[in-house]
Order: sequence, then C-alpha cells, then structure tokens
Amino acid sequence: MSDHDQEKEVDKLSGVETTGHEWDGLKELNNPLPRWWVWVFLATVVWSLWYFVVYPAWPTLSGATQGTSGYTQFKELAESQKEIVARQAAYLSRFEKASYREILSDPQLYAFAVAGGKAAFKDNCATCHGSGAQGSYGYPNLNDDDWLWGGRLSDIHTTLLHGIRVQGSYDTRQSQMPAFGKEKLLDTQEISAVVDYVMSLSGAPQKEDFETGRVVFKNQCASCHGNDGEGLHEFGAPNLRDKIWLYGGAREDVYKSVFYSRAGMMPAWGERLDENTLRQLTIFLHQLGGGEEGYEDTIN
Amino acid sequence: MSWHSHEKLEKNALLLLGFVIVTVLIGGIVEIVPLFRQETVIEPVEGVRPYTPLELVGQNIYIRENCAACHSQQIRPLRDEVVRYGHYSLAAESMYDHPFLWGSKRTGPDLARVGGKYSDEWQVAHLKEPRDLVPESIMPSYEFLLHRGAKLHDLKQHLATLKTLGVPYTQEMVDNASKDAAAQAAGEARTDVSGLLSRYGDKVNARDFDGQPYMVSEMDALVAYLQALGTMVDFEAAKDVEEIGNPGAM
Repeated sequence: MSDHDQEKEVDKLSGVETTGHEWDGLKELNNPLPRWWVWVFLATVVWSLWYFVVYPAWPTLSGATQGTSGYTQFKELAESQKEIVARQAAYLSRFEKASYREILSDPQLYAFAVAGGKAAFKDNCATCHGSGAQGSYGYPNLNDDDWLWGGRLSDIHTTLLHGIRVQGSYDTRQSQMPAFGKEKLLDTQEISAVVDYVMSLSGAPQKEDFETGRVVFKNQCASCHGNDGEGLHEFGAPNLRDKIWLYGGAREDVYKSVFYSRAGMMPAWGERLDENTLRQLTIFLHQLGGGEEGYEDTIN
Repeated sequence: MSWHSHEKLEKNALLLLGFVIVTVLIGGIVEIVPLFRQETVIEPVEGVRPYTPLELVGQNIYIRENCAACHSQQIRPLRDEVVRYGHYSLAAESMYDHPFLWGSKRTGPDLARVGGKYSDEWQVAHLKEPRDLVPESIMPSYEFLLHRGAKLHDLKQHLATLKTLGVPYTQEMVDNASKDAAAQAAGEARTDVSGLLSRYGDKVNARDFDGQPYMVSEMDALVAYLQALGTMVDFEAAKDVEEIGNPGAM
C-alpha cells in the first residue's frame, strides 16, 4: 500500500501537507519547491539544448558535432587579433611613415612608441638585460649614458637591427679585442702594468709601473679605446675612464679581460621583429636615461 | 506529469540502480570514447618527430625535477599568449609525450616554444644560477646537473617501452639509442653524427650543449630537450592548418 492511498495529514499550524514521515513526534512538511527555482532549472535545461545545437558539443566516432555557429577557439583568436591590429592601425599607419623628428615632436606618437617598446623589451630583451634594463655581468646596463656602440637613436636602431657579433652577418656590429695574454702579444709584466694604468684612469692610485703601462696602452690599446681611454663607439670599445665595468672592476677581472679578451654577443633582432617594433624599442631604450642627442633619419 | 512519479524510483532499489547505471554510462561514454579516436583531433601537420634519446633523457630530468610544477608547456589560443610565446600549441606537438607535460601553473614562463629562443650558454648559465641573469627569479639553482652524468645505459629499454605505447621508434632507433645520445651531446665537431641525423632528421641539434666536451652531463640532456621544444613544426609551411584543422568535422 503506498502513501498515495492514504488520506494526507495536514499540519494544523502551517496548513501544509506532511509527507507522513515521523521521527520522535517530528513530522516532515511536504512543501513544493519554490516556483522561481523550478523555472530557473527548466531554463537551464532549455539553454543546454540550445547549446548542443549552436556550439561544438557531442563527441562522435569521427570527431565531434561542430555546432551551427561554427565556433572554434582559433577563429576567436583570429578575430581578437584582427581587432587589436585595427586598434593599433590608428597609430601604426602614422608611426611607420614618421621620421624620428616627427615622433619626438608628437607626444601621442612618442607615447605610443615608448609603450610598444616597453612591451617588446619585456618579451625579448629582459631575459639578458634585466626587466628594468639594469643589465648584469656581461650584459650592459641600458639606463646609463655609457654606450658601447653609440647612444643616438640611429645608433641604437642599427645595433638592434643587425645585432652584435652575429655569426655570418656582414652588417652586424663587429670588433675583436686581441687576447693579449693568451696569444702572447704581451708578457705578464706588460699586462700587469697596463692593467694598473687602466685602473688609474678611473681614479685608482698610480703604481710604480705607471709609465710602462702608459706606453703599452698607447701602443696597443689607444687605437680602439682612444688616447685617453675614452672609448670609441665605432669599435664598441668601452670608455675606460668611468667606473662602469661590464665584466667586473676588480684588478683580477680587468687582468682577465686583457689576458683573454672579451666579446659579448647580441642577436640580430631584425630577423625576428618587424621594423615598427624595432623603432619602438629604439625610442624606448633612448628615453631610459642615457640617450644621446642627434640622429640620422632614414625617413624624411 | 505527477511530481510523485519519481517516488517509484526512490522506493525501488533495483530500478534506481538501473537508472544510475544508465546516467553514469552516458557520462562515461562522452568522456572516454573520444580518447579511442584521438587521431580525429590531432592536426595533420608535418615535422613532429619522436624525441631523440638524449632529448628523452632531458625530458626525464624535466619530470624528475618537476619543472612542470612551475612551467606549463601549452600556449593557449589567446591574443596575449600568442604575442608573448608564439603560435599556440597544437595537439600534434605533444602526441609523443608520455606523459604529456602541459602543466597548469605558470610560476615561471611557458616553455612550449623555448627551443632556440636563447643560446645554450644562456640556458646553462641560467640553470646554474637563475639570479645571475634574472635577479627577481625565484627558480632554484640546478648547478648539480653539470656534475652528474646522464643516464644513458637503459635508453634502449626506454625507447622500446615508448614504442609499445605507440611512439613510432624504429627497431634501428631502439638498437642505437645509447650511441645516438652520446653522439648528439658530442656534436659534429667531435664525432660522426650522420647516423643520428639519418634517423631523426637534419634539424636535430647535435653539439656540446653544456660547455663540458669531456662528458655527457644531465645538463647536456636537459638543454638538448629544451632547445627542441616547440621547434618541430614549421608554421610557415603549415600556415593553413587552421583551415585544414578539425579533421573530424562532420
């Protein structure tokens, strides 16, 4: 005999039927589900039926149903890329035809270049030069005004475009300091003297071999590093008169540099980044703090 | 429809069991059947090859050190990810991974296309002491990899096992596994790599990866693996894979 056949007991206080279940005198009321809840539930059922039809949903033996909307994540990506290109185009169409002079004098274009350069820097450059462009051992700090290959806009652009000491490239920044010790061009006494001399250029006290060192420097080093050790951008020869040392400024570090020589490398970014991105990077790097005045404009 | 009709179900255990089984079966079929038909969702791109034995050793180190806990290997088809990491990952690119190492957490960057992005020297210096190059990095140092010899002697069994799982290693590849691993880490300058290249293709990087030509270290293996990641598919050649894509379209 089922509950249906019995007379339903009605709770006197609330006027609601009971389910007939009783625990120690407590009885369960048989309230219906709230109407709003039932409607929401039915709506989700209807929505799911619509979803099955419109979107990719059911697996089949040969793949899955495609849905009438033809939605794929790939298409969604293509659309969102199209959208960003259209948004950038407002600036890019002006930027790609603008000379450095025009960019520098147009605050909007300048801000666009710096913002784009900053993003490109984080993606491509920060792994070696540091996320704040602060550099590290062997990788130059780009915030200061000490440039190896020149700090004018056009210099930075050339360095980015062709890289430094890229194998098999004719246009790359190229120079090679001799390994004075390893190739036996100087004996250890001469190296020692020239190291003392070089260190005295940036303020270290002069030692007794100062005069020997000065002569060695004049004969061997001055052609690239300059008569006074001020450096030469053309050869990427660093300024030796400041206290900025790419490979360490302790005496043994400088000794090692003269003995074995140093030669840092940077990829040619022209192979990976488009011209607009390169110019954005150029302007970003230039405004970091150390950009030099003047430039050679390729666009007029 | 009476709201009381499901009472029959609730009060009849066998009937309830029957309906529970039907419901669970539907869920199970929806989830499991596609796994038997994986070929219908893997893009038909060219270039994906099984890992070389040395890369496989590297992958094992990647698994052992649990790199996947902090690095994902899947570039999602989202605008910002594609800008940062390159073309989104394809299913075909991890079809020979056992287990796949997609990961789900990015404490560090995604590594799906890290191959060729940095030089071997950078990779070695970075694994040795990440903070030398990236001061804010919280990645542990893996300098010990330089001093540990890579485990090459059991590679034959390793390849044979993967072959059973469906990775298309040939018997020749299995037989030469240990030899190929040693040759790849020695490089063209020091040994004959023609066998390795003929088996795995000319694009395989064969060189001394860790700057220690006198040994095949775990660093050699890991860097060889990293330098291969995401480099197999030529996306210029496979440009319209999205159009070919969805081979299972009905």
